[in-house]
Amino acid sequence: MTKELIFAGFGGQGVILAGKILCIAAMKEDKCVSHIPSYGAEMRGGTANCSVVVADEEIASPVVEHPDICIVLNKPSLDKFEPRMKEGGILIYNTSLIENKPKRTDIKVYGIDCNRIAAENGSERAGNMVALGALVKIVPWLCSVDSFEFALDQAISARNKKFNEVNLKVIKAGYDLPLNAQ
Amino acid sequence: MSEKILMKGNEAIGEAAILAGCRHYFAYPITPQNEIPAYMAKRLPEVGGTFLQAESELAAVSMVMGASAGGARVMTSSSSPGISLKQEGISYMSGAQLPAVIVNMMRGGPGLGNIAGAQGDYFQATRGGGNGDYHVLVIAPGNVQELADYTIKAFDLADKYRIVCMILGDGYLGQMSEPLILPKAVENLPAKDWALTGAKGREPHIIASLRLNPDNYLEKHVYDLYENYKKIEENEVIYDTQNLDDADYMIVAYGTASRICKKAIRMLRAEGIKVGLFRPVTLWPFPKKEIAEAAKKVKKILTVEMSMGQMVQDVQINAGKFCDVDFLGRPGGMLPEVEKIVQRVKSYV
Repeated sequence: MTKELIFAGFGGQGVILAGKILCIAAMKEDKCVSHIPSYGAEMRGGTANCSVVVADEEIASPVVEHPDICIVLNKPSLDKFEPRMKEGGILIYNTSLIENKPKRTDIKVYGIDCNRIAAENGSERAGNMVALGALVKIVPWLCSVDSFEFALDQAISARNKKFNEVNLKVIKAGYDLPLNAQ
Repeated sequence: MSEKILMKGNEAIGEAAILAGCRHYFAYPITPQNEIPAYMAKRLPEVGGTFLQAESELAAVSMVMGASAGGARVMTSSSSPGISLKQEGISYMSGAQLPAVIVNMMRGGPGLGNIAGAQGDYFQATRGGGNGDYHVLVIAPGNVQELADYTIKAFDLADKYRIVCMILGDGYLGQMSEPLILPKAVENLPAKDWALTGAKGREPHIIASLRLNPDNYLEKHVYDLYENYKKIEENEVIYDTQNLDDADYMIVAYGTASRICKKAIRMLRAEGIKVGLFRPVTLWPFPKKEIAEAAKKVKKILTVEMSMGQMVQDVQINAGKFCDVDFLGRPGGMLPEVEKIVQRVKSYV
């Protein structure tokens, strides 16, 4: 099996980091992974995204044209990636910042109030972590929620490791949400 | 637990260079390879090495020339327009037979172009690139593990043949993170009995790029260079194949383009179409004999590149007499689409 994902949002929302954490967690469980960030002209407040592939066989192409799964944390990202998704795909979107509902009816859509749930659990900036927790609840094949502890430890630089505890708590809050496709 | 780490392609090159014994790195920044200088700036001081951000590309490559003449394992890196600026030094080093590793993480061109990954520098890399009769040994890795493994190999080959060795990647490969098993550190660096190490107690060594007298001095030198190139062509060709054994059709691609082709091949195979991949890893020396042999067994070849078609000329020259060679490519930092490749191969059936 191969799953192709896009994480997208404003620069600063941590979408590229979220993709990397998923990769490390899945890699720990012996999956093949790849991660390509958008790069260059991005800046805080602009849009950023990353392409992630998780597979249980050698990854042919790390390039994601038509994602199976999209995690979008702001409206411009929803507008950009919803039309590109594969039929039957899974879309997780951040209702804290996106008022309009996704239009497609041939995909499964999960609206999550990421920023609010993150704030309630100790870090208003950790909306990306809420989405990560919810993602592996919806698609358990990707990796176990328990592997994120290792992934955070690997991915986060020494000076920011103090946030790992709260990030893990927020991931678990996302994982424990009641999730129903709309 | 596995010993794999998730590492970005550019950083994998940096760490591999250090494992290869490189302690000197000089460069000038340019996207999409800036993680290489950033990584070297952090790591080289930790291992007693020298990182220097030069004032220009020409200065950086000239520092490489100096360090190489002194016998050091040395590297510089850049992306397309920056590599163009380094051609003077690359030609000088080739003339003076100075080993060095030069990384080109290609971006869209011509000119400053854009910052997306591309493969438009194939001609420049495989035909020398600067002035005069010479070659650099060009290796095109296809994933992060290969970026690391072949960076070490590049240092070894550069020293073995006293040649400039180029790692030819692209922006996507450089930015991509994949699991990596770090290669082993090189323990015994080769002796360099030609290096400028101070002539006290021995005859001076001469490292020269200018050869004026006698009249045929340069001619003889170029013949010597080409004797060396002949050995490289005979011994150092690297290529990879996938699904070729029973293939009716063969796709030829390198680097990131080959990854996209692998996906297309899986889709085509799932529909029962027998197609395989031939992936040159050394672009110079090009796997001439090997591609010719493979061409004899297929009905048609499709060459896929992130350019308007450069490697396709080498495919045509070496395989064109055995079967038809088609081309599909996109310039300007755009990626060939999987579905277009699939459709093109289906049109042959």
